[in-house]
Amino acid sequence: MRHLIDITDFTVEEIEGILDLGDKMIADPDAYKETLRGKILATLFFEPSTRTRLSFESAMLSLGGSVLGFSSADSSSTAKGESLMDTIRTVSCYSDIIAMRHPKEGAPMAGSLRSYVPIINAGDGGHNHPTQTLTDLMTIRRQKGRLDSMVVGLCGDLKFGRTVHSLIGAMSRYKGVTFVLISPPELKVPAYITDELKRKGIPFREVETMEEVMPELDILYMTRVQKERFFNEADYIRLKDTYILDPEKLRTAKADLSILHPLPRVNEISPKVDDDPRAVYFDQVRNGRFVRMALIKTLLDWRNEA
Amino acid sequence: MKVDSIHTGIVLDHIKAGRGMDVYRYLHLDELDCPVAYMRNVRSEAMGRKDIIKIDANINVDLDVLGYLDPGITVNIIVDGQLVEKKKLSLPEKLTNVITCKNPRCITTVEGALDQVFLLKDRARGVYRCMFCDAERKSKALR
Repeated sequence: MRHLIDITDFTVEEIEGILDLGDKMIADPDAYKETLRGKILATLFFEPSTRTRLSFESAMLSLGGSVLGFSSADSSSTAKGESLMDTIRTVSCYSDIIAMRHPKEGAPMAGSLRSYVPIINAGDGGHNHPTQTLTDLMTIRRQKGRLDSMVVGLCGDLKFGRTVHSLIGAMSRYKGVTFVLISPPELKVPAYITDELKRKGIPFREVETMEEVMPELDILYMTRVQKERFFNEADYIRLKDTYILDPEKLRTAKADLSILHPLPRVNEISPKVDDDPRAVYFDQVRNGRFVRMALIKTLLDWRNEA
Repeated sequence: MKVDSIHTGIVLDHIKAGRGMDVYRYLHLDELDCPVAYMRNVRSEAMGRKDIIKIDANINVDLDVLGYLDPGITVNIIVDGQLVEKKKLSLPEKLTNVITCKNPRCITTVEGALDQVFLLKDRARGVYRCMFCDAERKSKALR
């Protein structure tokens, strides 16, 4: 049985297949509205989320399926002390597929060891967020028409930013991609990721300001400095406003730059940037619903074929 | 100092000097009720000094643990006073319940029923990663 725990669980061809299906769903959503009639998605959110949970629920409802689940650990049996493994095994008896978010890293992998149905990682601590990556890949491909041969700048919290880790893992598999990692020293990408880039001979650079690299970027992926990832509030306050994108900083950017952000944003992108045609973060939100529709359908199709 | 030869059992040779206690602890040799000799700082032509452990019984030694601790250790199997097998070690591809994840955010810190599983990611550098959270641990021998 296939799960989506880490974006690299899927081959490049499998990802292309999901993106192709997502494009078809955007083009003709009505054609898919009865596809999963009678199927149930469980959304197990042990950590608060609005966008991701609602996009999964919207995706399943758009395919004609139903949804059950909880939106915080307080409203599950976890509050009574039940183990994650028991919760997953139980819920997998009630549903056909599970999307789960958990504050502990590796929780979806642990869940997949006990589940009777496919598990989708909807975010595990600061570790991975593969469905956001599918959304990002879909947005980049729809903007650029390709996923290879480009300079990808990632800016902000690259240490705890799980969307960044997953996106680097995914885009590393395409030829001609160069990464520019823009962060303060305290929030640099973990060494295991840069070690992997070095090992594979993928070009990357670590810099501290976005101005110095702006003219060379094809993609600028902004991230929020997340309060919940810090043990120490003083560190959070010191770093939260470090990188704010505004029209002045975009002055030297390419005309066909694409600006992405996994959202929610706090103040790292000025609202003045929203009307710039290069800002595509709200397209990302829409794409997120369709790519999750394509993912749910694909995982259930694979299970039926197995 | 003289330690008698063993009749039937296992000799762990070529342990890096001073590391024998790690081997003793990881293999849980304190739980055996047979004679176990731990010799430290034994003179060695090849290594200068080395540690040796002699176990006076033919127990199942966890070669994965030994390979992780130090793939240079030699495992000699002795039967009726004769050397019958010399096992070579290498870094194992997978370690289960040998080391624990140090990442406080890892799911293994709160789910007691989970095995601690590490997968070998870089043989040359002896790097393992937690199967759940990707946190790194390095082989003790290669530190």
